[in-house]
Amino acid sequence: MTVQEILETMEYGPAPESAEAALAWIEEAGGAFGHFIGGLWTEPGEGFDSRNPATGDVLARLTQATQADIDAAVAAARAAQPAWEGQGGPARARVLYALARLLQKHARLFSVLEVLDNGKPIREARDIDVPLAIRHFYYHAGMAQLMEAELPDRRAHGVCGQIVPWNFPLLMLAWKVAPALATGNAVVLKPAEYTSLTALLFAQVCQEAGVPPGVVNIVTGDGAAGRMLVHAEVDKIAFTGSTAVGREIRRATAGSGKALTLELGGKSPYIVFDDADLDSAVEGLVDAIWFNAGQVCCAGSRLLVQEGVAERLHHKLKARMDRLRMGDPLDKSIDLGAVVDPVQLAAIRSMVDAGGAEGDVYHAAVQVPEGCYYPPTLVTGLAPSARLMQEEIFGPVLVSTTFRTPSEAVALANDTRYGLAASVWSENVNLALDVAPRLAAGVVWVNGTNFFDAAAGFGGVRESGFGREGGWEGLGAYLREDWPAPLPIPHPAPALAAPQAAPGIDRTAKMYVGGKQARPDGGYSRAIRAAGGHLLGHVGVGNRKDIRNAVDAAERAEAWSRMTGHSRAQILYYVAENLAARTGEFAARIDAMTGGDDGSKEVEAAIRRLFTWAAWADKHDGAAKGVPMRGLALALNEPIGVIGALCPAEAPLLGLISAMGPAVATGNRVVLIPSEPFPLAATDFYQVLDTSDVPAGVVNIVTGAPADLAPVLAAHAAVGAVWNFADPALTRAIEEKAADTIKRTWSLRTDWHAPQAEGRSFLRAATEVKTVWVPFGE
Amino acid sequence: MDGDTTTTARSEGDGRQGGHALPQVSAPRNPGMPLDLDRVMRVQANTSAIERRCAALPGRRSIKKDWQAAWLVRAIQCIDLTTLSGDDTPGRVRRLCAKARRPLRHDIAEALGVEGVTTGAVCVYHAMVPTAVAALKGSGIPVAAVSTGFPAGLSPYRLRVAEISESVAAGAEEIDIVISRRHVLTGDWQALYDEVAEFRAACGPAHVKAILATGELGSLRNVARASLVCMMAGADFIKTSTGKESVNATLPVTLVMLRAIRDYHELTGARVGYKPAGGISTAKDALMYLALVKEELGDRWLSPDLFRFGASSLLGDIERQLEHHLTGAYSVSWHQPMA
Repeated sequence: MTVQEILETMEYGPAPESAEAALAWIEEAGGAFGHFIGGLWTEPGEGFDSRNPATGDVLARLTQATQADIDAAVAAARAAQPAWEGQGGPARARVLYALARLLQKHARLFSVLEVLDNGKPIREARDIDVPLAIRHFYYHAGMAQLMEAELPDRRAHGVCGQIVPWNFPLLMLAWKVAPALATGNAVVLKPAEYTSLTALLFAQVCQEAGVPPGVVNIVTGDGAAGRMLVHAEVDKIAFTGSTAVGREIRRATAGSGKALTLELGGKSPYIVFDDADLDSAVEGLVDAIWFNAGQVCCAGSRLLVQEGVAERLHHKLKARMDRLRMGDPLDKSIDLGAVVDPVQLAAIRSMVDAGGAEGDVYHAAVQVPEGCYYPPTLVTGLAPSARLMQEEIFGPVLVSTTFRTPSEAVALANDTRYGLAASVWSENVNLALDVAPRLAAGVVWVNGTNFFDAAAGFGGVRESGFGREGGWEGLGAYLREDWPAPLPIPHPAPALAAPQAAPGIDRTAKMYVGGKQARPDGGYSRAIRAAGGHLLGHVGVGNRKDIRNAVDAAERAEAWSRMTGHSRAQILYYVAENLAARTGEFAARIDAMTGGDDGSKEVEAAIRRLFTWAAWADKHDGAAKGVPMRGLALALNEPIGVIGALCPAEAPLLGLISAMGPAVATGNRVVLIPSEPFPLAATDFYQVLDTSDVPAGVVNIVTGAPADLAPVLAAHAAVGAVWNFADPALTRAIEEKAADTIKRTWSLRTDWHAPQAEGRSFLRAATEVKTVWVPFGE
Repeated sequence: MDGDTTTTARSEGDGRQGGHALPQVSAPRNPGMPLDLDRVMRVQANTSAIERRCAALPGRRSIKKDWQAAWLVRAIQCIDLTTLSGDDTPGRVRRLCAKARRPLRHDIAEALGVEGVTTGAVCVYHAMVPTAVAALKGSGIPVAAVSTGFPAGLSPYRLRVAEISESVAAGAEEIDIVISRRHVLTGDWQALYDEVAEFRAACGPAHVKAILATGELGSLRNVARASLVCMMAGADFIKTSTGKESVNATLPVTLVMLRAIRDYHELTGARVGYKPAGGISTAKDALMYLALVKEELGDRWLSPDLFRFGASSLLGDIERQLEHHLTGAYSVSWHQPMA
């Protein structure tokens, strides 16, 4: 075209980024890669092709990891880890700093390689993925420097198995590797088989940066390799990917003691109120659902728009869609590149083909290149019940429905199994800041979308996973703490040969559900005897219906979570006050059950513990993160919701209080399964609750066999977390069941009299950080 | 409102070189509409979102090689080559007009195949209008006059209206009026509407460009609302700045005004032009402004009848870039003929 002709059309013209350097790098490696294990490259072996999705060309030949490869990588990591951790934080900080600098020096090479491998537009790799990855290493260089002073009692897990997805290959690597290295862990990382190349380039950078051999190991392969890594002798698994695979990993690691963080799928709502800047909201959608062609776990894929402006918004949106440019991902003026693989393209197509008829499908009037491309698509008029409204599409497909009021917007937003991210658009700060905390999501963006930073936690709730990446909260996922050994469990008394009546008037210990005493649903009771063998009383044998009733009650007590910390503190102090008034009675009960003589010591400890958690109720502060933006990134400590806790056997009262205290202080409601051998302290305790203004349903007590009740709690969809302080043998069953709804679990045996038993770990377990981003400016 | 919606500002048959019909004359004028305050008050502009969109734009759109050359030629065609200095003299204005007629060195224009390209207009103070009109005679290049007590717009109202008529009488075909910022800052939209409508009427056949002085309006929301009110009052163009405020044209302000133009077009069917002025001095800046116009309004607006740069030093940088495009070597200012 001549300049004259271009003047007629005013087209953009091509603006290609050169692939030369990236292709040369592949060629230098001989076009085939082995694994990076113990600081060395293995010979390329049996494997698979890595293709450029935009062209279908083979980029390189990759090696499928075998069991022997995985074992070798884990062994190399195991061997390297102690010295790496032993170097100390400041020494590690220098290595992380070098990694950041080297990523920066090779920024364009990483960007182009990512584009070739993944098909995303060069603009995104160059301006978003790579800079964020670099920032993550800088940030965590600082974490390495500071952690020994700031987190003195916490240590590295050891070896971390890390599995990352294909949508942000380098960035997800950075999110996993940087905090692991900062904290002194060694890693075995498996990139997605579609997109391994930047991880392999990163391995090379590790050599240049002076990462000791074995501290970072990269193994390539498909899901089978990932499965091997999950089953290997690692101390922690960190996974980002689909909810289905996350669930599988949760089951596979159940009871293994491996720490786990999961960052899974989403169907994130994008809420537009009628007072929003609609043009900016439309532009936000470009970044929400057409960023990386919608192959983003936190994509704002579910548009909820206030009815009065829906037509206008959809009109503007369609016009904007028509101006998007699809094509060669290496072209600098491209908005949408290729979908990662023909398999993914087929999945997107089949979902829209199957579900689109429930609404009106609009494909953008853009030129769609031949091959692995799917046009920007909007489906309007869908009901919440439509499949496309509920299921993750993971493609450039936005679905939409309308709402009438803020409350209805919140209800629709939360009407999902997922809970990763949400956007709220309104010019009214009262409205936006009222809605943000009510959304079931780990990240909320006000008047924006897809803001990320190393300092701000990212992660989900519900079936979007648990654990955070970024910030201090993310660092914690790579640290463990040592706990004091538990005290022995006193032996419950054997029954006397001849039944014997309890002294005094017969007292009936019941369950405590929704603020009321409740008989066991099954109608069975169990005798509880004193150490001498004589009958102390009976407790109900709880079953699954009792758990159901208790969880229902706890769910209904939702107001507790919104109550101020000050009010919750007052109630916990009142519980302590009323318990103190009955110290003698509780001490005697404990001594009678356990045959010991330090019941009064336990009651005293329980009262102190209540004071501790009352103290914390208004002090578990959030944070305003130092993100590079004019605005606030607020880390809010939100309660999990309903926590089911299996209380320790050996400290009938203190153990119960130790579970209840942190949970309710932070706004959770609890279902407590008291000490199985010595439950009467718990059943006495509900009278204290009754007299202490604890709202109905906040604390529920179901007596019974933990082995029977734990799986029911773990499977219940309304329970957000299960704490097993009773019996490690139950952990496996709990974690297997918890996989269904991806709930958090915590298994702990410790000395409940130790100071650590009222430490910050309980606060972390009782809350999840929600990051609320509020950019501002007039 | 006057019924001259299809009146062209200029008579046909101007001698034009190279057969390039300047399209200034082709767009129907904006007839205006009654002030719709509901619509005005509904307008929102989220500053940080708007800034993000603008900050990302250079990364999203890249115009290279022949396309860049063509776009830069288009930028020249859209320049209101401007001198607004107290020391302007007839000689200085005549030099500027000569540059407007032939903005590119002849060999560069020839090599690009764009001989006959001119700037969009020449923009001067009232006193210089006759000189400019005479100097541009036969070129087809219109003279724009800044008016209504430019730049502050605080002279007596009667005189501001009279100033328009005098400039039109002197041969100005475009009048760049300044609005009373106080009407925006106090939310007196009716007053703003009445003022611009009267200015428009005073312009008669001359096109009216309403200068918002966005740097003095306090917020992007005010910019959006003022844009809409000016268009409702019949502005043919909305323009960012006088060039005399401390902050002049910016991409965020541009995005807001372009969106207002788009909304107004959808509402009325009328196409209102856009003129960023002040602070645009590099070829790269010019490309981004053009790209933003293309993105938000479409190709129809990439034309001098609907888009102008108010700039004095931009042309020089574009000339250098075009020479570089042709030779592959970076150029200097003294390779390009002065205005």
